[in-house]
Amino acid sequence: MITFILNNKTISTSEHSGMTLLDFVRYEKRLTGTKIGCREGDCGACTLLVGTRTNNTIEYQSITSCISPLGNAHGKHIVTVEGTNLQDKLTTAQEAMKANYATQCGFCTPGFVVSLTGFALSNSEKNYKNAIDAVSGNICRCTGYKSIEKATQQIVDKLKTQENNSFDWLIKNDFIPAYFETIPKRLKDMEAKDLNQPKGKYISGGTDLYVQQADHLADNEVHLIAEKDYLKGITIVNGVCTIGTNATVSDLWNHPEINSFFPNLKKHLKLVSSEQIRNMASLGGNLVNASPIGDMTIFFLALNSDITILNSEEKERTIALKNFYQGYKTFDLKEGELLKNIRFKLPSKHSFFNFEKVCKRTHLDIASVNTAIHLSIENKTISEAHISIGGVAAIPKYLHETSAFLIGKPLTTEAIIEANNILQKEISPISDVRGTNDYKRLLARQLFFAHFTTLFPKQFTLKDFLQHA
Amino acid sequence: MHKNKTNIELDTKLDAVSIALKKSIKNLDSYTHVRGESLYVDDVNIRQGTFHAVVFDAPKAHGKIKSIDYTKAEALQGVERIFTYKDVPGKNEIGGIIADEPLFAEDEVHFWGMPIALIVAESEFIARKARDLIEINIEDLPVITTAKEAKAKGSFINAPRSFSLGDTEKAFKNCDYIFEGETFSNGQEHLYIEAQGAYAEPLENGNIKITSSTQGPTAVQKTVAQVLGVAMHKIEVDVTRLGGGFGGKEDQATPWAVMAALATYHLNQSVKLILNRHDDLRMTGKRHPYESTYKIGLSKDLKILAYQTEFLQNSGAAADLSPAIAERTLFHATNSYYVPNVTTKVLSCKTNLPPNTAFRGFGGPQGMFVIESAIAKAANEIGVQPREIQEANLLNENDTFSYGQIAKKVEAKNTWHTAKNIFNIDVLEQEVADFNKNNMAFKKGISFMPITFGISFTNTPMNHARALVHIYLDGSIGISTAAVEMGQGVNTKMMQIAAAIFSIPIDKIKIETTNTTRVANTSPSAASSTADLNGKATLMACNSLLERLKTVASEALHTSEKSITLKEETVYVDGEKSNLTWTQLISKAMLQRVALTENAHYATPEIHFDKTKEKGHPFAYHVYGTAITTTTIDCTRGTYEFDSVKIVHDYGKSMSEGIDLGQVEGALIQGIGWMTLEEIAYNKDGRLLSNALSTYKVPDIFSVPKTVEVIPVETEGNDMAILKSKAVGEPPLMYGIGAYFALQNAIKAFNPNYDVKFHAPMTPEKVLTGLYQK
Repeated sequence: MITFILNNKTISTSEHSGMTLLDFVRYEKRLTGTKIGCREGDCGACTLLVGTRTNNTIEYQSITSCISPLGNAHGKHIVTVEGTNLQDKLTTAQEAMKANYATQCGFCTPGFVVSLTGFALSNSEKNYKNAIDAVSGNICRCTGYKSIEKATQQIVDKLKTQENNSFDWLIKNDFIPAYFETIPKRLKDMEAKDLNQPKGKYISGGTDLYVQQADHLADNEVHLIAEKDYLKGITIVNGVCTIGTNATVSDLWNHPEINSFFPNLKKHLKLVSSEQIRNMASLGGNLVNASPIGDMTIFFLALNSDITILNSEEKERTIALKNFYQGYKTFDLKEGELLKNIRFKLPSKHSFFNFEKVCKRTHLDIASVNTAIHLSIENKTISEAHISIGGVAAIPKYLHETSAFLIGKPLTTEAIIEANNILQKEISPISDVRGTNDYKRLLARQLFFAHFTTLFPKQFTLKDFLQHA
Repeated sequence: MHKNKTNIELDTKLDAVSIALKKSIKNLDSYTHVRGESLYVDDVNIRQGTFHAVVFDAPKAHGKIKSIDYTKAEALQGVERIFTYKDVPGKNEIGGIIADEPLFAEDEVHFWGMPIALIVAESEFIARKARDLIEINIEDLPVITTAKEAKAKGSFINAPRSFSLGDTEKAFKNCDYIFEGETFSNGQEHLYIEAQGAYAEPLENGNIKITSSTQGPTAVQKTVAQVLGVAMHKIEVDVTRLGGGFGGKEDQATPWAVMAALATYHLNQSVKLILNRHDDLRMTGKRHPYESTYKIGLSKDLKILAYQTEFLQNSGAAADLSPAIAERTLFHATNSYYVPNVTTKVLSCKTNLPPNTAFRGFGGPQGMFVIESAIAKAANEIGVQPREIQEANLLNENDTFSYGQIAKKVEAKNTWHTAKNIFNIDVLEQEVADFNKNNMAFKKGISFMPITFGISFTNTPMNHARALVHIYLDGSIGISTAAVEMGQGVNTKMMQIAAAIFSIPIDKIKIETTNTTRVANTSPSAASSTADLNGKATLMACNSLLERLKTVASEALHTSEKSITLKEETVYVDGEKSNLTWTQLISKAMLQRVALTENAHYATPEIHFDKTKEKGHPFAYHVYGTAITTTTIDCTRGTYEFDSVKIVHDYGKSMSEGIDLGQVEGALIQGIGWMTLEEIAYNKDGRLLSNALSTYKVPDIFSVPKTVEVIPVETEGNDMAILKSKAVGEPPLMYGIGAYFALQNAIKAFNPNYDVKFHAPMTPEKVLTGLYQK
C-alpha cells in the first residue's frame, strides 16, 4: 500500500505505483484544481508540493505531478491547491494574484499559487529573484507575466517581514492553513514501510522517463529508487566530491560547499531547468538518459568525472564518464546494472570552470549547443583542460583533441583560435529542429570563445577573437 | 514591472466612474481561479458509466487509405466501439465557411493528424492503448507544405481576393524610390493551456447536451445537428469557461464536440473527449504562415505613394476560417498609414498542413508585418530611420482606407506623438546610440510599431448578440449572453454593466454559463467584439427592466418616473433617499405582475461591406496605438532580451482598466512570442516537428520584456464601443511586431554587412547568423 498525507488527510491506496501522481489526485481523488497542460513537465499547471520529513521539520518542494510516479509520494505530505485553501478567504498568495490581475483564463493559476506557496514554505532566502525562480516552470499564455511579477513582489514584501521561517508565522499571515502544523508529527507517526518492489524499470525522479513512456510505466512494474539511501547524498572527502545518483539538481543547487567551488553554479543550473524539475530530476537520470544534449552530462564531462556502476550482485565498477557513451543513446550499462554515483575532483584555486548553453528560449528549453570547460592555469600556462560539448554529435561529447591541444599552451588568443579549429574537426552536427548544421558550428565556436571571455574578461574580448578568426 | 504611475493614474481614473464599477473592477472569476475551484470541461462531474474517447488520426500528410484494420483494437478489453465516417447519420462534411472538411477521413487523408476514427473505451488509457493496435496502410500522394508550392500547382481554397485604391500602376511611375522584396511570417501555435475537449450526455428523446470548450457554442450546435442529421433544438451546448482560446477554439473546438456527440448518439451513454497535448498540437491548425511579396514606392519626402502586395496564405488542407482571415489581411495591409494607391491581393493556398485557423489578430498581423517590412527595407536602402517613413505616412482624419471606409476619430498621430513625448524618444535613441558606440559584445536596437485595427466581424451579418436578464424574487440577478469567458474578463464587464444600471452590489449578480438554450443563434466570442456586442445587449435588457421598475417605484412613491433613480440598493426621489429598498421594489413589481425578465437583441448599426465591389464600411471603429521596443542582443551568443516596450494605447474610455491592461500585456507578449521564439516546424512530409512543449517554446517569465509600460491616451472613445470602452483583445498583439524590427536594428548595429531579411520569427539562430553574415 502507498501511504501518504494528501492535503489534510492520511490516505492509503493500492493503486499502481507507476501511475502519475497527477492522475491519482485529479481522477481518483477528484482534486481538479490540479490541471493538465502538457504532461511533460513543461507548463507547471499540475504543480504540487511534496513535503519530506527531515528530523522534526518538513521540507517542501514543488514538483510537476504529471511526470512523477504515485509511488514517490509514499511517506510524504502532498499538497494540492485545495490543500492550501483557507476557509472563506484567500491566502496571501491567492490574494496577491487576484489583486494584481495575475489571473485571466485561470487554467495555469493554481499551478502558480502552489509554486508561490511552496516558495513561502521553502528555506530559500525571501527575495524577489528567488520567488521568480520558484514560478519559472509555470507557463501562462494569457497575462504576459507582468501582473504575475507584481503579485510575486507583493508576496515577497510580505514574506520579508517575517522574523523566522516558521509554520506558525505562515499560518498567522494566511500563507497556509492551520493543519500544516500537525503534519510533522503525523508524518513521523505514519507507518510508511518500504514499498519493496525490486522489479521493473528503475525510476528515480521520473522526469525523463515519464515524458517518454508514461503509459507504459502506468501499466508495468516499476522499481522506484528515489528513496534509496545508498544512492543519495553529496559528500566531499579530500577534495573529491561524490554525488549519489539519486541526488537531484536542487540538492546540488542547495549545497553550500559545491556553491563555493562553483560560484556561478546557480546561474548555470538555472539554464538547465525550472525549479519543479530541479526538485525531481536526479543527476544519475540525466547521465543514463544519454541525450547528446544533456546539460548535467556536459557539466560533469568537463569535470572529468568517474562513475561507479553497481550490478545486481552488488559488485561495483568504476569508469570514466567520457568512456561511458558509445553511440546515440547507447552506453556502457549492462542488464541489471545501476549507476551508483558520480565522482570528480573539485576545482582548485588554479582552476576555472564555465558552462554555456544557448537555446530558442533561454530557460527551460533544450539546448541547440551546450558546452562546459574546466581549465587549470599555472604560470600563465594551461596545465589541465577538459572541454565538453553537446548537440553536435551523437553523444554528449568530451573534446579529447581540443582538450589535449590546450595543455601546455599559454593562454593566448592565438591558442584559443587554433583550438577552435580543432574543435570544429571534432564535432559533426546535423540539421534538426534545434538548428542547422552551419548554425551549430558557428554557435560552437562562439560558445567556445564565450568560455574565455567569461572566465578571463580582462584578458579576452569578443573583438580579439573576431579579428583573428 | 509597470511604473506605479500607470496604476496611480488608473486608480484616480476609476474614482470618476460609478461606485459599482469601481468595486467590481477586479476580475470576478479570480476568486475561484486562485483556489482551483473554477470548472473547465475536464473538471465537470461526469455521470456514472461515462466512456472516454481518443481520436485515431492520419500518420501521413497526403495519401489514399488502402486498408485499416481495427480488429486488434476492438478486441482490447474495455474498448466499447470504434466510430468512423460510416457511422455518421447526417453529413460527414464540416466547416464553418465552406463545408470542405470531412469530420472523419473517408478514402483519402489530407494532413498529418487528420481524424480517421474515434475509439471509445472505458478509460482514456485503454482507448490510447487501442489506438496503438490499429493498422493502417496508406498509399502516398504528393505532399504540399508551403504556400508557394501550392500556388505553383494551382492548389487553392477559393478564388483570390483583391482590394484596390487609386491607380497603383500609374503611381509607381511617379515614385522617386521603388523597392521590392519578399517576406515570410511563420505560423503560431495557440497553446491555450487547456487543450481542446468536450463532454456529451444523452438526455430524453434522443436529445444531447454537450459541454464544450468552445468559443462558438452555436457553431458546435449547428455542426452536431448536421452531422447527426437532427434538428438543432435537439442539441444543447453549454460552456462554463475556457482555459484559453485565442481563436484556436473558434472553429476548431467543433470536431471534438461533434465526435463526442456522435458516440453519445450511438451508445446512449455520456462520452468525454479531451485531447492530450500531443494530439492537440498535431491535429489542430495554427496561425497561418504567409509568404508575401511587396512593392513599395515613395517620394523624396518619404511619402508612400504606391503599395502593392501579394499575400500567399498557407491555409492548410481545408477552408476552416481561412477566407475570412485572408480578407482581414487585406483590411490591415496598410496598417496605420494612408497610402493613396494600393493594390493588395491574397491567395488562400491549399496545402497538406492541418487547416490553419483563427488566432488573435486574424490575418491582420500577417498583413501588417509585410508593410512594416517594406518600410524597413525602404529605410535601409534610402538610409533613413524606419520611423521617419512611418511618421510621414500616419493616417489623418477623413483619409480613405483601401476598402473605402473613411477614417474617423483617428488617433494614429495622437498615440505616435504622445509616445514620442511621454517616453522621451530623443533621450532613448541617444542612449541606444551611446550604448552601441561603447559596447562591442552587446548591441541595442529600437523600433516603433504603430497599430490601427478595425473592430467588428468583417462578415457584417455576424455582428449581433443577445442578453437574457432575470431579476429573481429576492432581487438577485442572473445574466445569460452569448459571451464566452476565456480569460478576457467579459464576465466582469457584463456584471459591471448590470451593477451600474441597477446600482446593486456585484454579489447579487451572477453571469450564467453560455448556453444555446438560453441565448440562441450566436456569433462566436471572437473579433475582439464580445464585450461590445454582448455588453450592448446586456445594457439594453437592463435598461428596459430599469424603466419598468421606475414605473413601479413612481407609483409606489406617488411621483413621476423621471424623478426616480436607483442608488446603492435604494430608490431615490429627486436625489432624496426614500424608504423603498431594491428588494422591496422587486417584491412590489412581482405583486403587480411586472415582467422581471428581459431579452434584448443588439446588432451593430452603420456597418456594411459589399464583397462584389470590395468596398464599404465594415468596422464600427478602429483601435489605435504606438509601441516603442528596445532590445539588447548578446553578440557572442546570438541571444537577446527586451529591455522595454513602451506603449501608448487607445482604450477609448476603459471600463475595466486592470482587465484591459492585462489584455494589452498578454497580447503584446503573445505577439513578441510569434516574432521571436515560437517556431513551428513541419518536415517535407508534412509531419509536425515542433510537436510538444519541449520543442515548441512560448514565452516564459524570464523571456518577457523587463519593463512594459502602457499609458492610456485620453480619447473620446466611441459610442459603438460598450460604455465607450474600446475593444482590446486583439489589437495589442501587433505591438509585438516591433520586436522583430528592434532585433533587426540591433543586428545592423553590429554587422554593417547584414542584409536585412524579413523572415519571422527572429530566433537566436537567425540573430547569430545575421550577426556573422559576411
